[in-house]
Amino acid sequence: MTAPILALSNLSAISDRDQAPILRGVSFDVKRGETLGLVGESGAGKSTIAKAVLGILPRTVRVTSGEVRFEGADLLKMKAGPLRRLIGERIALIPQDPMTALNPARRIEAQLTDGPRLWRGVNAKEARALALKLLDEVHIRDPNRVLRSFPHELSGGMRQRVLIASAFALEPRLIIADEPTTALDVTVQKQILRLIRNLQSAHGTSVVFVTHDLGVVAQICDHVTLLFAGRVIESGSTSQLLDRPKHPYTRALLDACPRYDRPNAGLRPIPEAVIADLYAELGQSGASR
Amino acid sequence: MSVPGPRGIGKTLRACVGDPKVVVGGGFILFLLILALCAPGLAPKDPLEQDLILGVTPPHGFAGAEPGYLLGTDDLGRDVFSRLIWGSRIALTVAFVAASLAAVLGAALGLLAGWYRGWVDALISRLVEVWMAFPPVLLSILLVAVVGAGVGSVIAAIVIIDWTRFCRVVRAETMGQAKSDYVAAARSIGFSQMRILVREILPNVMPILIALISLEMGIAVIVEAILSFVGLSVSSDVPTWGGMIAQGRQMLHQGWWVLAAPLIALFLTVLAFNLLGEGLRRSLDPVMRR
Repeated sequence: MTAPILALSNLSAISDRDQAPILRGVSFDVKRGETLGLVGESGAGKSTIAKAVLGILPRTVRVTSGEVRFEGADLLKMKAGPLRRLIGERIALIPQDPMTALNPARRIEAQLTDGPRLWRGVNAKEARALALKLLDEVHIRDPNRVLRSFPHELSGGMRQRVLIASAFALEPRLIIADEPTTALDVTVQKQILRLIRNLQSAHGTSVVFVTHDLGVVAQICDHVTLLFAGRVIESGSTSQLLDRPKHPYTRALLDACPRYDRPNAGLRPIPEAVIADLYAELGQSGASR
Repeated sequence: MSVPGPRGIGKTLRACVGDPKVVVGGGFILFLLILALCAPGLAPKDPLEQDLILGVTPPHGFAGAEPGYLLGTDDLGRDVFSRLIWGSRIALTVAFVAASLAAVLGAALGLLAGWYRGWVDALISRLVEVWMAFPPVLLSILLVAVVGAGVGSVIAAIVIIDWTRFCRVVRAETMGQAKSDYVAAARSIGFSQMRILVREILPNVMPILIALISLEMGIAVIVEAILSFVGLSVSSDVPTWGGMIAQGRQMLHQGWWVLAAPLIALFLTVLAFNLLGEGLRRSLDPVMRR
């Protein structure tokens, strides 16, 4: 049994403005080479967790307890300088919206190799060779043109490929994919998922896949952690969680998803009673939902 | 690395040249710039040379006009056209230097306020609010009166008063840019805050900053004219548009052209700077181009 790459234990956070809890004792592990799906509706705390791991929590969020251990080191206790380097070199982000995640005023070539130039002291010539290799890995056909382009000159799918290439530039141990396919149409979505999957197995990278789409989870994740209102509702292997859900909320969520394998089953909204029970467990009313 | 290469400059230029506002405004400014730079060669007469016999000659095409005096002469017989050309030197010097310096000062403070928020922002924003409560013309006259007349004092007065325009806009723009995903991505790579501010955010604030600089140049031309009008700019033996307006006002009934010529020059110059600024804002913005 190898030690997990990333281990969250009992992580709690509150909003600095109104003291409202954002995370309530979240724990999960990510092992080497594994993909963990972090699932939940809007406001469940998925993005807060992603930001905590990447060290970019907004100033309005305050961590009250718990640990974020990456390769054994507690990221929350590290000094700013070493932390920046550790995260910069070993943890990468595939952002949600390829339209806004690239700097509109900078060329792709510069943006693609930001990491290697910052942390490896790679010179311009080496950076260009690396950029071409990275673009080749994400199957971009005309890499020289793409390198010279500004982001607005590329399509959404191309930009997402560039972002994925840039995420793998430093061969990170862990990639946080923050809903990388929500802004893309379904056919491109499928290609992008396959691309992430292939690169991940080629490089042995662990991935935390933040999403609210259970269809995407079924395609790409080994394990799933389901969040609701900042709390882990259910955790387990993907097949176990999707086929034999234990928690009523998980079952209700699955019933609320459209499925191609049973087109006539209809969609059922999540019953009010299930939500009420969840909030009763948290000891508060559902008014803030 | 963020400096645009040949292709980027080419594209940007093409976008600018395609904009009629940039062409008209920029064209006029360019024309004025050439006039100012070549004033010693281009001006038909010495702007200071007096000829009392030829005093108050009307411009070309009016009854009593003298050949060689295109825009007529003033009461001392000095050539209005030559004085106009020489006056553009002061106007443009003040416009370019004052607007650029005000932009540097204002943008630096605006970037800091918009990025660090908190007490840095509170301090800078309160300063801007207090600053803007002073009536600008009065303040500039006061400043120049205290420091002493001269081009340097005029520039200093404009910078000290008008940095707030840049500060406010750049602050708001920086706050908007700081929220975008590309900044989060840059932070997660581990870039320092300064590097993100200067290399990631500043290039995106640049288009609006350049447009503002152009607008500010128009304002600077007016402020310089006001200060020379009240005699607080350069010494009175150097021709300035404001000085010409002051002189023309006194002799309006003898020769209207002495007032009209610098007024029209001033009007066209400010209009050109405003057109240029408006056009540049549209054609420089990479996001608006897509």
